Amino acid sequence: MMDAMNMSTDTNPDSYVTDDGRTIGGVVMDLKNITLRFGGVVAIKDISFDIREGEIRAIIGPNGAGKSSMLNVISGFYKPQEGEVWFRGKKRPPMRPYQVAQQGLARTFQNIALFDGMSVLDNIMTGRLNYMKTNMLQQAIWWGKAEKEELENREKVEKVIDFLEIQHIRKTPVGRLPYGLKKRVELARALAAEPSLLLLDEPMAGMNVEEKEDMSRFILDVNDEFGTTIALIEHDMGVVMDLSDRVVVMDYGKKIGDGTPDEVRNNQDVIDAYLGVAHD
Amino acid sequence: MFYREAGDFKTSYREDNQTFPIRLDRAGYWIALIVAFLVIPFFVNDYWVNAVFAPFFIYAIAALGLNILTGYAGQVSLGTGGFMAVGAYSVYKLMVAFPDVSIVFHVLIAGGITAVVGVAFGLPSMRIKGFYLAVATLAAQFFLVWLFNKVAWFYNYSASGQINAPERTVLGVIVTGPNTEAWAKYLISLVFLVAAAWFARNLTRGMTGRKWMGIRDMDIAAEIIGVNPLMAKMSAFAVSSFLVGVSGALFFAVYLGAAEAGESFGITKSFLILFMVIIGGLGSIFGSFAGAAFMVLMPVLLKNVLVGVLGWPTALAAELEFIIVGALIVIFLILEPHGLAQLWRLTKEKLRLWPFPH
Ligand SMILES: Nc1ncnc2c1ncn2[C@@H]1O[C@H](COP(=O)(O)OP(=O)(O)OP(=O)(O)O)[C@@H](O)[C@H]1O
Ligand SMILES: [Mg+2]
Repeated sequence: MMDAMNMSTDTNPDSYVTDDGRTIGGVVMDLKNITLRFGGVVAIKDISFDIREGEIRAIIGPNGAGKSSMLNVISGFYKPQEGEVWFRGKKRPPMRPYQVAQQGLARTFQNIALFDGMSVLDNIMTGRLNYMKTNMLQQAIWWGKAEKEELENREKVEKVIDFLEIQHIRKTPVGRLPYGLKKRVELARALAAEPSLLLLDEPMAGMNVEEKEDMSRFILDVNDEFGTTIALIEHDMGVVMDLSDRVVVMDYGKKIGDGTPDEVRNNQDVIDAYLGVAHD
Repeated sequence: MFYREAGDFKTSYREDNQTFPIRLDRAGYWIALIVAFLVIPFFVNDYWVNAVFAPFFIYAIAALGLNILTGYAGQVSLGTGGFMAVGAYSVYKLMVAFPDVSIVFHVLIAGGITAVVGVAFGLPSMRIKGFYLAVATLAAQFFLVWLFNKVAWFYNYSASGQINAPERTVLGVIVTGPNTEAWAKYLISLVFLVAAAWFARNLTRGMTGRKWMGIRDMDIAAEIIGVNPLMAKMSAFAVSSFLVGVSGALFFAVYLGAAEAGESFGITKSFLILFMVIIGGLGSIFGSFAGAAFMVLMPVLLKNVLVGVLGWPTALAAELEFIIVGALIVIFLILEPHGLAQLWRLTKEKLRLWPFPH
């Protein structure tokens, strides 16, 4: 009973309010001693860290550090050889990625993973799939339930479209969009799922300054307005320091730092990793 | 009246979602339906129904089926002929076993049986993709034809090894067997086609279709946003095979009247339907119609021109027909690899701007 009390996020004694007035709750995602190997390559070595309700958690590190692999573990795409993933106070059993999505996780990818043959609207609508319950017979007939459900979900999607300011490209096939807009559509698809935990893998990679500013603003707004917990990987240190509440630093599959942006910035191991001090 | 959306404002998401967003398209669609149902039946004769309408309608159902699997869900299949055979033999067994049940139910149940068989043969798609899946479905094609030839129970031990459609009626009108009138053949095929297109269109525009296309475009991303790949692929195999089975049932019972597995549903049938889908346009309902029309009409047209107009001997014309149709397919695919549907889209895009380009 006591345990259950501690797990529940509302009553969590360590919840606190940030300088900008957002409430950070208890731990939603707890990664315990994760080790992930690909044959001989150890992508993640015995890493533990947690993500708390309502925070923006950054994962940083040099190329090949294992950041994307970490997100893939969280979204159920990679199965770690060792370690446990705890979600909302429960140990997560082995799951397929689509089952993880049904628990309220959504993500974007480092190399955009949109459906090129579909319009922007259809791409974003796919984000609603866990909310659409009509069966295939009802959909085949369309009139009635299926149409009603389609329109209700379309309305939600239109809100996301407005939020991300992509009204003008609604009907455009995704394949024809420039890179920056594709990234935005991918975010829209993830947001359409109304996730409780949103994972972003380098959402600003390859963007110009203006696009980066837009994207930063969207991420902050999502977190602020919808209270969505966000874990993001980013290379741009300025962006990371501005956006995140806490930062995990990885290097060669190991965790070398974990804390607030200020703590991490002054951590000697982190400085060495970024200055390229030789590893032994 | 110009062909465009301007002035045709969408005031709700429902209107925005219409199958034919442009008013002129919508009108054209209703006119086509009215003509097809209320005008043509009064004029058709045996030649038109047997040479053009019945094969066009029935093949279009199969093309819709294959297009769902290959064009929408991205799973290649070379087993269409075999699955049509499942529909044909199922409907035959049902018609003989339950003479009092309506043929309409028999055709639908035959589709259902084909769906089950299709799902069974679709299971390998969980593991293999593309070329390898094509080979697996090819195996299904040969196995099914072999099965229907080998096991005499399927053709009720008839001496010829053929199956023959007994006479059945719908609302008192004979629709199968040698005494069927042209207009009845025409109408029953048309009704099934319109229903098939309606279902296919609705499934592909809704969440089911998006799941299929997600698997087609990027299966890993689809799974990570919540698509169960097993369910998505199997539902594509089921719906596709259902339509192909219905097509096979009609092809035998309404169109041919008599059939033999190898001859009527051999590998050439699989390729024929595949050509229809590719020429018409993968991932397009309209394309399934266009492709079926092209593959049915082209030979008829050529024959009429070569024999009727140019006066060539029929045998020579028949040979040349193959070469010309084949060449046309190749030329066409080089010029417009996305099929007739894309050609149609481009024409409409031009029309929308006409007469003021840019
Ligand atoms: N599917 C895989 N198969 C084999 N090795 C892999 C696989 N995925 C990742 N790796 C290896 O794991 C290590 C970590 O890769 P990961 O993509 O997680 O790094 P990252 O921190 O995201 O790098 P970047 O900043 O370049 O995106 C690398 O050595 C990579 O080659
Ligand atoms: Mg990465």
